[in-house]
Amino acid sequence: MDILRFITAGNVDDGKSTLIGRLLYDTKQIFADQLEAIESSGRLNEDGQVDLSLLTDGLKAEREQGITIDVAYKYFSTEKRKFIIADAPGHIQYTRNMVTGASNSNLSIILVDARKGVQEQTRRHSIISSLLGIPHLVICINKMDLVGYEEQVYNQIVEDYKQFAKKLRAKEITFIPVSALKGDNIVEGSELTMPWYKGPSLLEHLEQVPVSQDFNLEDARFPVQYVIRPLTAEHHDYRGYAGKVISGTYKAGDKVTVQPSGQTSTIKSVELGGQVLEEAFAPMSVVLQLEDDVDISRGDMIVKAAENLEVAQEFEAEVCWMHNKALKPGAKLLLRHNSTETRCVVRNIDYKIDINTLDHLEDVDQIQLNDICRVQIKAASPLLLDKYADNRANGGFILVDETSFATVGAGMVAEIEY
Amino acid sequence: MTKRYLDYLDQLEAEAIHIMREVAGQFEKPALLFSGGKDSITLVRLAEKAFRPGKFPFPLVHIDTGHNFPEAIRYRDELAERLGEKLIVRNVEDTIKRKSLSEPKGRYASRNALQTHTLLETIEEFGFDACIGGARRDEEKARAKERIFSVRDEFGQWDPKRQRPELWNIYNGRVHKGENVRVFPISNWTELDVWNYIKREEIELPNIYYTHERECLVRDGKLMAWSDFIFQEPDDVVVKKQVRFRTVGDMTCTAAVESIAHDIDGVIAEILESKISERGATRIDDKLSETAMEDRKKGGYF
Ligand SMILES: Nc1nc2c(ncn2[C@@H]2O[C@H](COP(=O)(O)OP(=O)(O)O)[C@@H](O)[C@H]2O)c(=O)[nH]1
Ligand SMILES: [Mg+2]
Repeated sequence: MDILRFITAGNVDDGKSTLIGRLLYDTKQIFADQLEAIESSGRLNEDGQVDLSLLTDGLKAEREQGITIDVAYKYFSTEKRKFIIADAPGHIQYTRNMVTGASNSNLSIILVDARKGVQEQTRRHSIISSLLGIPHLVICINKMDLVGYEEQVYNQIVEDYKQFAKKLRAKEITFIPVSALKGDNIVEGSELTMPWYKGPSLLEHLEQVPVSQDFNLEDARFPVQYVIRPLTAEHHDYRGYAGKVISGTYKAGDKVTVQPSGQTSTIKSVELGGQVLEEAFAPMSVVLQLEDDVDISRGDMIVKAAENLEVAQEFEAEVCWMHNKALKPGAKLLLRHNSTETRCVVRNIDYKIDINTLDHLEDVDQIQLNDICRVQIKAASPLLLDKYADNRANGGFILVDETSFATVGAGMVAEIEY
Repeated sequence: MTKRYLDYLDQLEAEAIHIMREVAGQFEKPALLFSGGKDSITLVRLAEKAFRPGKFPFPLVHIDTGHNFPEAIRYRDELAERLGEKLIVRNVEDTIKRKSLSEPKGRYASRNALQTHTLLETIEEFGFDACIGGARRDEEKARAKERIFSVRDEFGQWDPKRQRPELWNIYNGRVHKGENVRVFPISNWTELDVWNYIKREEIELPNIYYTHERECLVRDGKLMAWSDFIFQEPDDVVVKKQVRFRTVGDMTCTAAVESIAHDIDGVIAEILESKISERGATRIDDKLSETAMEDRKKGGYF
């Protein structure tokens, strides 16, 4: 049993909450008291059934306004997998929430209302998923019951989408006709209503999508978070470097380089909780001991000697701005990448990415809330970066306001200047 | 290349350890809030994995309502002793006396709300800048939107609109003096994940998690452990039942469930069958209003 993390996106009222509610309900993850709480709220949908969307619409403000205002996490599992759902709202002003939810997801479910077809939001959500490097997309054409379960309607939408999807970076795109309300092709199939559809139901698909390949096991990256020094009689000279293998693999005997200092050594042992492990691979958290006494502290990265990962201070990135106050070139910010924090300056805005078309808009003099722009950044101290497209685990960073300490931006490394 | 596969419990464990080490790396005075419940017992095991053979970079802190199960208190003391880690206990009783707070009265009387006072006082006393807790997002709707690093103002308040977006596995723990961060390493675990982990790790729990005979009161269809602390009404009937607890908190607001589970496999089997979620089955305090938890969190509760 492994884990699949996915995000659900769609226009308001396309049926996201209903779809998630249906997934939970049909896989029997909803408990009697939760159902009772929804029933007692007295809200029924058009069919007179309990409104499954209430299972996910959590906060007071949301229930009052009937909209989803923040990313909510939901969990369910089957015998095959544990699923972590990031439910991100569909309003344009909430791009930042979708970016947030997408950053940790391997798969994105994008809902399309069968009556409306591919909309601006469909394109936007697909593009954001693509920019955030989500390898698997599932396009759920929902409300099929409202178009008489017509195959033509479905085919037309699939055609339209494929036309647009040529621009996307996603590795794999799957289309499924569903009715979240009636349950067609969510957990069960649709033999009665859509006999023309031969593919898997949404749940079957979610259970099968191969996700273990999504971890990068090629480029060995181990950011040191904390140094373990017991200084006890028993462990007098013990120095363990605690961290997470964010990509690649490590085992005893591997020749390594510690960056940014460039010192070299050999791995003496890989451990966890005092137990020796044969090998560590992404995404394991472990402790590395080295043969030599090298000076290592939090923020350093242990890489394999053969990797030649160089430090860099100047790079280009795609930045999603998450704050009301616009970002202007010359702005100084804190940049957090893995366990490193440094100051940085955004030197130039190359262009803004139109998230409905992927077009580049030039002559942009500031980045507003929910904009995604290509920018040039200079960091105050050296960083150990990968391009986001090459290694998602080491290509993302956040920008933090120097005075409020709010997280104001999310960045993905695009080009590195050595 | 050989196939490398990490089981879901290993993935959850790796994430939780990473979060704990971020706390150690980013904060000057962190603490681990230890309630004696199974979630905080799980946190302690994760801390052992994260920091052994070194010491924990934080003390265990228990806010004792004075109405805790004696079994849980004994377990707490033995655990701290066995681990050789520092345990700080602060009593709600003392806060009540010092600040002459009035004890809640009536049918639903519980010191749960007063616990927040003592927690905030303790944070101030030691200058804790981060408090690790065992809350999970699957517990309750308001928790489903909680961040892993949750920033609280000087009054411990949670403002859903002020939450920081949290991306990849990068956690922003920068705060101003006086503010602090609540950190939830097992956010992404469900109740069943916790039980399966306890089983895999062979973690010993206080015996009240397994079936035992106990005198109970029936309140709103729930079984409450009979004790001197619980508000009694003339028509209350005390019954003897075979019960276990799914969470262990204050005796006045933690309900028991009828059970025949003698061991962890029995507990897991019962949970799989159960159609009542953990908080619903056991927490009286969430029932008082539909948004009870959200309101408590805004007020500085965990
Ligand atoms: N007929 C029909 N109605 C649906 C379907 N899915 C959702 N709805 C309805 O569409 C409305 C909006 O659904 P909701 O899940 O709240 O959408 P969200 O805004 O995307 O979360 C509700 O009235 C649902 O009952 C479907 O498959 N068929
Ligand atoms: Mg919704």
